[in-house]
Amino acid sequence: MLQDNDRIFRNLYGTRDWRLAGARQRGIWDNTKALIERGRDVIVDEIKKSDLRGRGGAGFPTGLKWSFMPKQPDPARPSYLVVNADESEPGTCKDREILRFDPHMLVEGCLVAGFAMGCKATYIYIRGEFYNEAVNLQAAIDEAYEARLIGPNACGSGYDHDVYLHRGAGAYICGEETALLESLEGKKGQPRLKPPFPAAVGLYGCPTTVNNVESIAVGPTILRRGAAWFAALGRPKNTGTKIFCISGHVNKPCNVEEEMGIPLKELVERHAGGVRGGWDNLLAVIPGGASVPLLPKSICDTVLMDFDSLREVKSGLGTAAVIVMDKTTDLVEAISRLSHFYMHESCGQCTPCREGTGWMYRVMQRLVRGEARVEEIDILEQVTRQIEGHTICALGDAAAWPIQGLIRHFRPEIERRIAAHSGSMAAE
Amino acid sequence: MPKLTIDGKAIEVPMGTTVLQACELAGAEIPRFCYHERLSVAGNCRMCLVEQEKAPKPIASCAMPAADNMVILTDSPMVRKARHGVMEFLLVNHPLDCPICDQGGECDLQDQAMAYGFGRSRYDEAKRAVKDKNFGPLVKTVMTRCIQCTRCVRFATEVAGVEELGALGRGENLEIGTYVEKALRSELSANIIDLCPVGALTSKPYAFIARPWELTKTESVDVMDAVGTNIRIDSRGREVLRVLPRLNEAVNEEWISDKARFACDGLIRQRLDKPYIRRDGKLKPATWNEAFAAIAERLKGVEGSRIAAIAGDQVDAESMLALKELMASLGSANIDCRQDGAAIDPACAAGYLFNTTIAGIDQSDVCLIIGSNPRWEAPIINARILKRYNHGRYKVAVIGPKLDLTYKYDYLGAGPDTLKELAEGRHPFAEVLKKAERPMLILGQGALARKDGSAVLALARKVAESCGLIKDGWNGFNVLHTAAARVGGLELGFVPGEGGRDLAGIVNGATKNEIEFVYLLGADEIDTAHFGKAFIVYQGHHGDHGAHRADVVLPGAAYTEKDGTYMNTEGRPQLGLLAVFPPGEAKEDWTILRALSAALGKPLPYNDLRQLRRHLYQLAPRFQRLETVMPAAWGNFGKDGPVDSEPFVSPIDNFYMTDPISRSSETMAKCVETYLTPDTGATGTHG
Repeated sequence: MLQDNDRIFRNLYGTRDWRLAGARQRGIWDNTKALIERGRDVIVDEIKKSDLRGRGGAGFPTGLKWSFMPKQPDPARPSYLVVNADESEPGTCKDREILRFDPHMLVEGCLVAGFAMGCKATYIYIRGEFYNEAVNLQAAIDEAYEARLIGPNACGSGYDHDVYLHRGAGAYICGEETALLESLEGKKGQPRLKPPFPAAVGLYGCPTTVNNVESIAVGPTILRRGAAWFAALGRPKNTGTKIFCISGHVNKPCNVEEEMGIPLKELVERHAGGVRGGWDNLLAVIPGGASVPLLPKSICDTVLMDFDSLREVKSGLGTAAVIVMDKTTDLVEAISRLSHFYMHESCGQCTPCREGTGWMYRVMQRLVRGEARVEEIDILEQVTRQIEGHTICALGDAAAWPIQGLIRHFRPEIERRIAAHSGSMAAE
Repeated sequence: MPKLTIDGKAIEVPMGTTVLQACELAGAEIPRFCYHERLSVAGNCRMCLVEQEKAPKPIASCAMPAADNMVILTDSPMVRKARHGVMEFLLVNHPLDCPICDQGGECDLQDQAMAYGFGRSRYDEAKRAVKDKNFGPLVKTVMTRCIQCTRCVRFATEVAGVEELGALGRGENLEIGTYVEKALRSELSANIIDLCPVGALTSKPYAFIARPWELTKTESVDVMDAVGTNIRIDSRGREVLRVLPRLNEAVNEEWISDKARFACDGLIRQRLDKPYIRRDGKLKPATWNEAFAAIAERLKGVEGSRIAAIAGDQVDAESMLALKELMASLGSANIDCRQDGAAIDPACAAGYLFNTTIAGIDQSDVCLIIGSNPRWEAPIINARILKRYNHGRYKVAVIGPKLDLTYKYDYLGAGPDTLKELAEGRHPFAEVLKKAERPMLILGQGALARKDGSAVLALARKVAESCGLIKDGWNGFNVLHTAAARVGGLELGFVPGEGGRDLAGIVNGATKNEIEFVYLLGADEIDTAHFGKAFIVYQGHHGDHGAHRADVVLPGAAYTEKDGTYMNTEGRPQLGLLAVFPPGEAKEDWTILRALSAALGKPLPYNDLRQLRRHLYQLAPRFQRLETVMPAAWGNFGKDGPVDSEPFVSPIDNFYMTDPISRSSETMAKCVETYLTPDTGATGTHG
């Protein structure tokens, strides 16, 4: 269990002052100038050594990502840092807490990360529905400007860095990094083809790094306390702390900062008051937000909550949004609802996702009622495989995985419904 | 130069090649829907997926740059599965109404479904239906068939330069449309019909007319403007059913203007299908022999200097040559092919050609447009300028009418005064031209077809010479013609001979009774009211202005009905071929002139087209090298003189009706109604 003095987010529950004065009391903006004076390469190196992996879901090593940015920025093509605050993954509400209760952590992180990558400015793209969060964050940015912490000669370091806040209009796909850039440029939010990757051709055609709020917010703390400290938490390659969002059929749904690699069972029992009706009443858990395959209880008993452990059981850490479902849950209906979400949020640009998400949803709807043939389960499985890996962005994969998880672990339940339905038809 | 392996075959490709192009070079066919060579890469159909060794998932070959040491497989189980999958997805919401779809037989989706698809559908749910859009009189939409490849959107934005199409909505509800329903305002709009890989966008006038396999296909050249667009004429029986573009990188790439495509329905209306003689003030049908006899009778004893001939805008070079020589045998030097009276100097070819060539626009870096509306006079050339403009670092400036040309330009002035300042180096733009590496200017007929035309031409020559438009390996002086026959006529010398009268002289002479006999060869764009008492013979294919005034009408052939050579504005001779026979008793034009010459007792010295062409090549060698442009030597042309300050006006005030064929076309009439008729504000419920 994470010791209190190892916590990075000290105002996760909004119990303290989120403004600059309060933030300073928690050590934010404490001699940031010294961090910057260490130099670009040292900072990037330190982040690399900490083994910090991106907190947005894919888990790409953050330090490595930062190192892709040009060392000598071309004045005609300045580098940009873009912070993805378009948190819309169902079940996820971690960035929101940072944005509203500790916005200065993010603003300081932007300055440090922006400096480490030689960026001219940071653009924070915040989800449109996060109105109050945007108000707080803007207030924090204004405070930081006023205190000369950002802007020209930020923190007296001689480095100029601007931070802009941009509100989205509420499309899930705009959380995909290249769709986010399109949206930020004022275009329709549709993912771009890769390559070229944003580090080469990003915002306005300039080198850009897109990072999750949490990844950026933890940067200064890692630098202050050292990569070794961060890397000592968790397991190798799955280091540090992580904010977990526990929702669903638990007694006390909550957000909690914990060490990476904590057993799922411990996480749920210790922090969320356990599963409703006791651990044995557990049916399944979606461990990382709507996009990852669910896990049946048998796996939940022992699995550890980090990138590699969850990958081994064919799921993923994703955004660490743990959705707990007890035995009262109609699992097929639940996954069908997720399918509807992906159908609704598909941008429609590329064929497999546009046509496939609707197809999957309609089959799922029939499976809920059992109005199908048993072979259709296999057809559905094949359809998910036809989408997965064939699309421009990962939304197609995200739409396919929950269904794959359902079929992998709960196929008998689907077959039972089909049998029950055809039995009732025969009886009539 | 990246070296990669495709299906076990090592290949080296130029830098910047995509994997898809590299596969094509290696001989592997890659299916695609959204990818198009001339449009930006969208990568959204996912049909072109191939396997790259060591990559976890298939890659979209259209968007992936070829790199060293790539190992690509185009026919592995992974690729086959991916194509099957994508094809199945494309078909789940496609109506599969091929039997009633006009695209049937030339449909990419149909062909590729045969090659790469499943034999049956596994989709049992209801299919999506999409409301059709109204894109105007040319493009018919059946949006349910759309596979959202966005080729039409990219064409409209990038090639036609009108940002009017877009994708609306998202997911399954993504639709292609204009948002506010309206017809596409582009002269190239119908190219989206060819681009559409399915039957979502088809030709409205051609709807339900024919299947592609019933058509006879003839490769020919368009005569609606002076671009010399390469076309394919699709005909059935005696009727031309449609016109499609034919690939020619040097001229039209693969686009054609809406007029070139759709004016063909004018070929069956208002046609002259038998000879007529005016008796008692009315044109009465006659036989060929009677018509020739009437002409011979009238010409008896008339002096050569009292005879004249004018050639029209769509006449083939062979016929003009035959007429020129017939006139010479009658002792007349009063011939002219410049119906608009443009002050072109026929002595120096560089002074009337588009010397840079159309493809040369791609290399230019500054373009000055003088007295022209290229968007209407030559939509294909305008699209080429836009293409160059879109590449970036390009400056366009305009002297003349201030119009929406689809790209941004510096507006320098309205008339010759600005040109004069430029020629004298007093205008700041002269510096821009001088600093440019490959500057060009385009001189339109609107600057030449005026009283001070010769002086304007001389000024333009001065600009070219003083601002460095003429240098080694680069000639930036261009005249943009509007008539398909014009350059051919100038080249073979269909201009006043020694002491002969030009167009104005002929008309003047006829008014004053100094000219008694005028032969109009397809000349319809002149004002026939001033011919006085002159005896007019009209040879042509449509009952238009010329025929109305004629005393004898000789029915000729339209461009689709004869073999003929046309020289485009660059000086590129191209062959038009006979697709259908002329209607009724109408004949190919040069044969009419040959027969008439015999009836007049002065037979022309050629009995077939081959002999006539050999003669043409001797007289004007530029015709000999078909399809190629022979550079013209720079020289002196134009006449110094005073210019007036009257602004330049484009010669075309109605893009859709510029010649007898388009004036007879129902489709073009609908276009005029849709695009050029001012909105009266009627709402439909206004009472």
